[in-house]
Amino acid sequence: MSGEPRPVVPVIVFPGSNDDRDAQRALELLGAESPRTWHGDESLPARTAAVVLPGGFSYGDYLRCGAIARFSPVMQAVVAFAAEGGLVLGICNGFQILTEAGLLPGALRPNESLSFVCRDVALRVERTGTAFTSRCDEAEELTIPVKHGDGCWFADADLLAELEENGQIALRYAEGANPNGAVANVAGVLNEDGNVFGLMPHPEHAVDELLGSTDGAKILGSFVDAARLSAAVVV
Amino acid sequence: MLVRPKPGILDPQGQAVESSLRHLGFEVGEARVGRLVDVELATEDRTEATAQLERMCEQLLTNPLIESYEIELGAAAAGAEEA
Repeated sequence: MSGEPRPVVPVIVFPGSNDDRDAQRALELLGAESPRTWHGDESLPARTAAVVLPGGFSYGDYLRCGAIARFSPVMQAVVAFAAEGGLVLGICNGFQILTEAGLLPGALRPNESLSFVCRDVALRVERTGTAFTSRCDEAEELTIPVKHGDGCWFADADLLAELEENGQIALRYAEGANPNGAVANVAGVLNEDGNVFGLMPHPEHAVDELLGSTDGAKILGSFVDAARLSAAVVV
Repeated sequence: MLVRPKPGILDPQGQAVESSLRHLGFEVGEARVGRLVDVELATEDRTEATAQLERMCEQLLTNPLIESYEIELGAAAAGAEEA
């Protein structure tokens, strides 16, 4: 990677985020420059090429997961950035915040089992060639850990049909591997324009053989590639 | 403000409560678990109060995709006197 430009990919830190450093480390390993950015900031760092909302328990998960974080000052900048086509990735709690902010469709509910699940899950890539899956193969199976109590993605039948038709369901739990009761085994969803993506599994915890899988690097690596391209366009 | 999971939305908390009530010998049908939010308002105008509470529900207290809400107004300052 040395010699290639390092796109600026801030990781937002909310009160209660706890995967921000893991996300930062993974992104930097994959060639990004990832400053941790406080939720109280009203703007994103200079030359921001993409943004990550990390996992954790922002605002103690009070009310509904992500419901309070969406009103953080920095979220206005994130919403404006996304509206201009900026790349935004939400992981776990970040995914919950993006659905609450209306940047991604559906909602995340308590797991069907009511238990917190923390384990590796098998995933199937449903869309390749997106800013988040360009390094994945068609229908590739990935192993990436989940760790959440509220990961049961929900959409009603009409919304689900619309998302399926638009190809917005980019990632599903493999058959029999759904850890939370999510509708249609959905693990990750794109917005309509394809520049915002949220997923419950944690790719930042799967970028090193020591942790059992490097499949997360396929998603984060795709994302850093796309951020580098979009940074090149901006400059 | 009473916030409820909409009909048809999976409610695992409600299911757990329902099964626990049955274990205790209560003959109950479906149980659903929602949330009660009490707030004190500065206004004493009931129309204005209702409008404010609706905005609270729509902006923050509910996710309209999965939850519905009901509003109930209490007597002005009655709570404070009781306390």
